[in-house]
Amino acid sequence: MRERFLTGYNDFVLPFVCGMLFVIIYCLAGMIRIIMQLPVQDRKKFFLSLITPKTLIKDIKDIFLKCLIHVDLWKRNKLLGYMHSSIAFGWFMLIVVGHIEVILYTSNLGAKALYYPIFFRYFVAETESTMRGSLIFFLMDFFLLVVLSGIVLAIIKRVRSRLFGMRRTTNPSFLDLVGLYSLWSIFPLRLLAESFTADISGGSFLTKSLNYVFTEFLSNHANMLPAWWAYSCALGIFFFVLPFTRYMHIPTEILLIPLRNAGIRIVNARKGLAKAQVYACPSCGVCIDACPMGVQKGNIKDTTVYLNRQIKRNNETRIEEISDKCLLCGKCTAVCPVGVEGDKLRIAQRSIRKYSYSPDYSNIDVAAEINACNNFVSGDNNNVSSIENKKVLYFAGCMTALTPAIRKTTVSILSKAGISYSMMDKDGGICCGRPIFMAGRFDQAKQLVEKNTEIIMNSGADILLLTCPICYKIFREKYTLPGIEIIHHTEFIERLISSGRIKISKDTTRYVFHDPCELGRGCGVYEQPRKVLASAGNLVEAAKNRQESICCGGSLGSLTLGFDKRRAMTENALANLVSDDPDRIVTACPLCLDTFARYSDRPVEDISQVIDRVSVPADKKRNDN
Amino acid sequence: MDFGFRISPSSAVNLDNVDLEKFEELHRIEPDVYKCMACGSCSATCPAARFSGMSLRKVILALQRGKEKEALAMMKNCMLCGKCTMVCPRGINTRHLILSICRIYKEETK
Repeated sequence: MRERFLTGYNDFVLPFVCGMLFVIIYCLAGMIRIIMQLPVQDRKKFFLSLITPKTLIKDIKDIFLKCLIHVDLWKRNKLLGYMHSSIAFGWFMLIVVGHIEVILYTSNLGAKALYYPIFFRYFVAETESTMRGSLIFFLMDFFLLVVLSGIVLAIIKRVRSRLFGMRRTTNPSFLDLVGLYSLWSIFPLRLLAESFTADISGGSFLTKSLNYVFTEFLSNHANMLPAWWAYSCALGIFFFVLPFTRYMHIPTEILLIPLRNAGIRIVNARKGLAKAQVYACPSCGVCIDACPMGVQKGNIKDTTVYLNRQIKRNNETRIEEISDKCLLCGKCTAVCPVGVEGDKLRIAQRSIRKYSYSPDYSNIDVAAEINACNNFVSGDNNNVSSIENKKVLYFAGCMTALTPAIRKTTVSILSKAGISYSMMDKDGGICCGRPIFMAGRFDQAKQLVEKNTEIIMNSGADILLLTCPICYKIFREKYTLPGIEIIHHTEFIERLISSGRIKISKDTTRYVFHDPCELGRGCGVYEQPRKVLASAGNLVEAAKNRQESICCGGSLGSLTLGFDKRRAMTENALANLVSDDPDRIVTACPLCLDTFARYSDRPVEDISQVIDRVSVPADKKRNDN
Repeated sequence: MDFGFRISPSSAVNLDNVDLEKFEELHRIEPDVYKCMACGSCSATCPAARFSGMSLRKVILALQRGKEKEALAMMKNCMLCGKCTMVCPRGINTRHLILSICRIYKEETK
C-alpha cells in the first residue's frame, strides 16, 4: 500500500474531524458531570466497582451484549434485534477494521490518525502486492453490507413498524429526524465514496463490483471528491446533532451499564443516575406498547419515553403531569432494553414537589398496637404441631381490610394448618408506607416504617405474613426486621402445601393467575402462586403474563387518574386474562381483586379463597380415610 | 354551677368573616371537591381516624367553612393509603385531593 498524497490531508475531512472532537469532548464533560453529581458514597461505590474484577468483567460483557449485540431486542423480536445489532455491531467493526488497516499499512501518522481509519480508501492506494489486504478489503465490504441491510430495515420500520413487533413507535422530534436522516445517509454515501476509489485503492465484492458496473460514472475521478465530501458531511452533521437527539443513548448507555452494575440507585430526581437514565433512553418506544394506559390514545404521550424527552427539555408542567398520571406498574422498566427505570424515575420526580403541609405521625402510640398484636392463637390442628412451629404475625394491610374475604380465608388456612398466629391490624393498623412512598413523600413513609418496625419487633413473631403485595414490596425493600422472615401469602401457602400441612383436593376448574404488578415485577414472585393453583386445578396462562402482565388499572401509583378513566384499562387487562377461557380469575392482591371484580364476567378470587375452599387439614383427611 | 349539662355554644359559621380564597383555589385544581355528598364512606374506612380523627368528609366541610385549623389537625395522621378512593361512591380521587390540600393550605405556626 502506498499513500496517494504527500500531505495526507484534504479539506473534506474537516466536518468529520470537528464533529468527532465535539462529540468526544461533550460526552467526556457529560460523563464527568454525572459522576460528580452522584452522592459521595455512590461515587465511591462506582469507582470501587470499576476496579473489582468481577463487576468489571460484567460491565464489559454487558456493554458488548447490550450496546453492540442488543440481546434484549433479539429476545423481543428477531427482526428488531437484527436491525439494531447490524447497525451497531457492523459500524463498530468498520471502525475496528479501519484502525487495523491503518496500523498495518501506515506509519508515523500524527494528527492524521484522527481521520485515516475512516477515510483510509481515499488516502491510501493499492499496490501490486495487496493479497495481504484482501481479507481486510473483504471484511470492510462485508460489514458495510451488514450495516446497509440494517439501514434498509430501519427505513422499512418507519413505515411498517408492526413487522418489527411494535404497534406504536415514538413521534420523533425535529432534531431526532435530522440525526435519523444523517445516520441513514452515512453508509450509502460511504459505499458511493469507496466505489469511486475502488479502482485506485482496492475494494471487495461490493465496492469493486459497483465500480465495474457503473464504470462510466464511478471511474470519472472528477466526481470522486464530492462523494467523499458528502460522506464526511453526513458524519459531521450526525456527530454535531448527536448530543441533542435520541442518539445520545449510544454513549450514555456505556456509562449507565457500569453505574447500574455498581448497584447505584436514583437519589436526585434530575441529577446523577436519573440524568444518565434519561439520556440513555433511545426513544425506541417499546414502553409505549407496554404501558397499560395506552388503551386510551390520550395517554400515549404520558409514557416513559416522553417523560425522558420532557425531562431533557425541562418542561416542568408536562413532567408533573406525566409523572403523576403513571400507575407505577413497572412494565416499562421490565421491557426497557437499556434499563431506564420509568417507575423509580417518576417517584423521584414526585419527591421534589413542594408541600406547605405535611402529615406527622409522631403522636401515634405504638404501645397499644403492640399489645393488640401480641396474643398468638395456637392452631386447632394439634396433630401437625410437632413440625417446627413458628409464630406468624399476620399484617393484613389497609387494602385487605376492604376485602375481608381475603383476611377471613387466610386466617382459616392458618388455623387449618395448625399455625400459631396473631393479627397485627385486626382493628385497623398503621399503613405500611408504600402508598405515601409512591406519592414521593419519603419522610412520611420513613416515619410509618419506623412505627411499624417497632410494633413488629416487639410482637415476638418469627414470620411476618402479608396478603397485600403493595405492603410486601416495601416490607422487603425498606424495612429491616432482623430475625423475622417476611413472606407473602402465595409463598406461605405454597410452603404449607409442599410441607404437607394442608391437603388439597384437586378438581378440574380452570384457573388463570393474574400477576399483580408489585408481586411479580416488584418482588419477582412468579412461580409459587402458579404451583399453588396447579395443585388445586388446571392452570391456564393469560396472553401476556409474568413480567409482561398488564396492570389491573386500580393501582395506587397513579395520583391523577380518576375512577372513570381507569375502566378501559381494567377491561383491557381482563380481556388479556380470559384469552384462554378460564373458569375463574385468581389474583393475589386485594386491590386487583377489588378492581377486577367490578367489571369481570366471571368470578374473581384471591388465591387464599381458592385454597381455603379446596383444602382440609392434612391429618383430618387421613382420619377420614 | 354544674348541672351535668349546659347550653352548647352556637356553632353558626358567619361566612362573611371567612376567607375562602384558598378553598376556591382548591376547587379550581380539584373540581371534584363539590362532588362530595358527605356520605362518610371515607371516614368509615379511614385507618387514620383512630389516631387523629381523620375524616375526609369533615375535612371538606371544615375547609368550606373556613375552619382550616380543625381540618389540618385531622389531616395530621393521613397515611395516603387510598382506602377512601376505593370506597368513594362518587369516584372522587381523594388521594390527589388530599395532596392538593397539602399544597395549598399551610399550618399556622403559633
